[in-house]
Amino acid sequence: MRRVASLLPALVLLAAPAAPQIAVRGETVYTMAGAPLRDGVVLVRGGKIERVGAASQVRVPSGWRTLRAKVVTPGLVDAHSVVGIAGWLNQPHDQDQIEPSAPLQPELRAIDAYNPEDRLVDWVRSLGVTTLHTGHAPGTVVSGQTLVAKTRGRRVEDAVIVPAAMLAATLGEGARTREEGKSPGTRAKAVALLRAELIKAQEHRRKRETAEKGKEPDRSLRLEALERVLAGEMPLLVTVHRAHDILSALRLAQEFSLRIVLDGAAEAHLVTEPIRSSGAPVILHPTMARDFGELENMTKAAASLLREAGIPFALQSGYESYVPKTRVVLFEAGMAAAYGLSFEAALAAITIDAAKLLGLDARVGSLEAGKDGDLALYDGDPFAWTTRCVATVIEGEVVSEGAF
Amino acid sequence: MKIPMAAVVALCAPLASAGEKPLAFVGGRVIPIDGPEIAQGVLVVDQGKVVAVGVEGETRIPADAERLDLSGRVVMPGLVDTHSHIGSVEGADASAPIQPEVRALDAVNVRDPRLRKARAGGITTVNVMPGSGHLLSGQTVYLKLRPGHTLEELLIPNPQSGLVGGIKMANGTNSRRKPPFPGTRAKSAALVREQYVKAQEYRRKLAEAAEDPNKAPARDLGLEALVEVLDGRRMVHHHTHRHDDIVSVLRLKQEFGFRVVLHHVSEAWKVADEIAEAGVGASIILVDSPGGKLEAMDLQWKSGAALERAGALVGFHTDDPITDSRHFLRSAGLAVRAGMSREKVLYGLTQAGALMLDLGDRVGSLAPGKDADFVVLDGDPLDYRTHVLETWVEGRKVFDRSDPEDRLYATGGLGAGREQPREAHLCGDHEEDAR
Repeated sequence: MRRVASLLPALVLLAAPAAPQIAVRGETVYTMAGAPLRDGVVLVRGGKIERVGAASQVRVPSGWRTLRAKVVTPGLVDAHSVVGIAGWLNQPHDQDQIEPSAPLQPELRAIDAYNPEDRLVDWVRSLGVTTLHTGHAPGTVVSGQTLVAKTRGRRVEDAVIVPAAMLAATLGEGARTREEGKSPGTRAKAVALLRAELIKAQEHRRKRETAEKGKEPDRSLRLEALERVLAGEMPLLVTVHRAHDILSALRLAQEFSLRIVLDGAAEAHLVTEPIRSSGAPVILHPTMARDFGELENMTKAAASLLREAGIPFALQSGYESYVPKTRVVLFEAGMAAAYGLSFEAALAAITIDAAKLLGLDARVGSLEAGKDGDLALYDGDPFAWTTRCVATVIEGEVVSEGAF
Repeated sequence: MKIPMAAVVALCAPLASAGEKPLAFVGGRVIPIDGPEIAQGVLVVDQGKVVAVGVEGETRIPADAERLDLSGRVVMPGLVDTHSHIGSVEGADASAPIQPEVRALDAVNVRDPRLRKARAGGITTVNVMPGSGHLLSGQTVYLKLRPGHTLEELLIPNPQSGLVGGIKMANGTNSRRKPPFPGTRAKSAALVREQYVKAQEYRRKLAEAAEDPNKAPARDLGLEALVEVLDGRRMVHHHTHRHDDIVSVLRLKQEFGFRVVLHHVSEAWKVADEIAEAGVGASIILVDSPGGKLEAMDLQWKSGAALERAGALVGFHTDDPITDSRHFLRSAGLAVRAGMSREKVLYGLTQAGALMLDLGDRVGSLAPGKDADFVVLDGDPLDYRTHVLETWVEGRKVFDRSDPEDRLYATGGLGAGREQPREAHLCGDHEEDAR
């Protein structure tokens, strides 16, 4: 789209200066591209991974800074968060995750609200998270366009790597308004509103494509966003929990040939076959999500059940309205590993599988030559409650050091 | 408030003491809390009490005892959650900021599935509290998670005071609301002081009327509860986060002489010495990120370590649903991550919590004479892969992970958010599946 294209040169110009070279050596290196390396080394030059291999095979050039840790993983990828949009203080001035004035606002962009200096960005980075898919929260039928950012930078332009990643939608109880006389008051109405708007966007596209020069319809920011969804350029991220609402989302996707991503999906484990055959991936609710309301039938074994069913999925920190203000995907993956998911599958759900789901696996999610030099360093099993993250590296730059 | 012990015993007691044989749990690693860990230990239980704890081979096992093999398992005391909101508990309403006459006792649903989830988390004793949106939101209730279907069956009347709980207070931001609630911190403290001064007057009048009942003041349920607080018979459980709010609680404690446990204490790491010096316990919670509200902005996991270093008594709580009862052990793990000792976190999950509820001589450790409340784990309590396999209360199994229905509440799934019908007659039929 034009608006996004116009941002791109600016992003290139404003990108951080080339980071210095760095070597990271780990007693165990989970590359997420093949078996873990014992005593492995990752060389990062100019922000990109240059080489990955056993310490006996890879010579660290002299003069390079070398970081050492027991365990090294790719920088973690949080497949869905509201960090940077829903601020840590939870006061009206820092809560930009939902605009309640209308049920459908596809024109809202997370890039116009993301605060890279929010304390929670720093917090998740200190625990190893380097890539965040973040944006508007569930709560209205269409709440806005999400973005993908690296957890660094002082300006959104320094942080963002995908300015408009997905269009966030909510179906089911979460989409309902509490205001009398306003829509949607029912789940069926929510679907009807969304269908009507998608049809408008189809019409808008048709008119524009068939109009004589100079007679094109007026621009509409909201319809342009939906047109991108209809064209398959931007997936529809549908936060939905109940089994029948999940099926409604799949029905909608089929009607409009949409690329959808199921988000939350607390009852996905009850309808695995329709989800699998639809091909829709799932960004699963946090393992430690509160099992109230629409999540009353959630299971801590959901990730392992989806894996058994052959459904692609990733884990998320999700949206929290109170304390803690954000969850941390590292901890959610650890808990999934305690409920049936293998260690490596749990780690994949917050690295390479999350990157694939976001369409960014050519760039992040694993330690392979040519990819971004994003790494997390731990002093033990990353999932252990007592293990600490000793350093986080983004594109070769040590962005967090200490022990959290 | 006293609950006749007989009422408690009547419903379930025949089962608890119906000539059951002693049970000897052998071969597991035993963490008794009040002594060193035993690599290969024995725990003997009889009539709901711990009879013996020791090294296998050196500990006498009664001849008629039924032996249960716990090789490869870990046994530790049942966990004590000093602050929880399970049971759909309610307390004070929005009519006033201070309501000591309101009892959680009158509002707990023991069939709430969260009680079953708490059992699945290894919790055997829990302080169920009203919320923190009031300066004083009511009387709390201490529960043993026995398999009862009425609240009375779960109560733990204190043998000294006869009371079944403490009282919940709060300062900081949650209780700052529109009138009649306070709008500032100073007003919050003033309202509390005013109320305790009233209670002092009420107590004086009661004392003066000791000789002549005709002189007694009219009964006041709220002031009666506060007199119990002033007399040190009812513990104050105080929500407090910010360092200055914590110190304000200590100031009130000094003025009125009540006994208090500090809860949450997000900024305890800033005033750990002051807390230790005041000789009060601190029950901490470790959540996954700071913030979420202003008074938790400086929450740090190192509070536990700071309090331990200062010599303060440190306990833990879930604040369920803030953290899930099934993840109670995880809080302790995070405290170790931030520098607290393994010994003190395990103590904090059990005996320290028991002391905070004035139940230290009855629960909190595996020692002869104490209640046979314990959990069986399939690994180290601080290992993230460890699960609670069984939870026992007073010698009876109240959670068994191998039972599909219990497993549902442990892991979740379709129906885990609802009360399952079996709960209604658990007290009656639990006898058969007691092991």
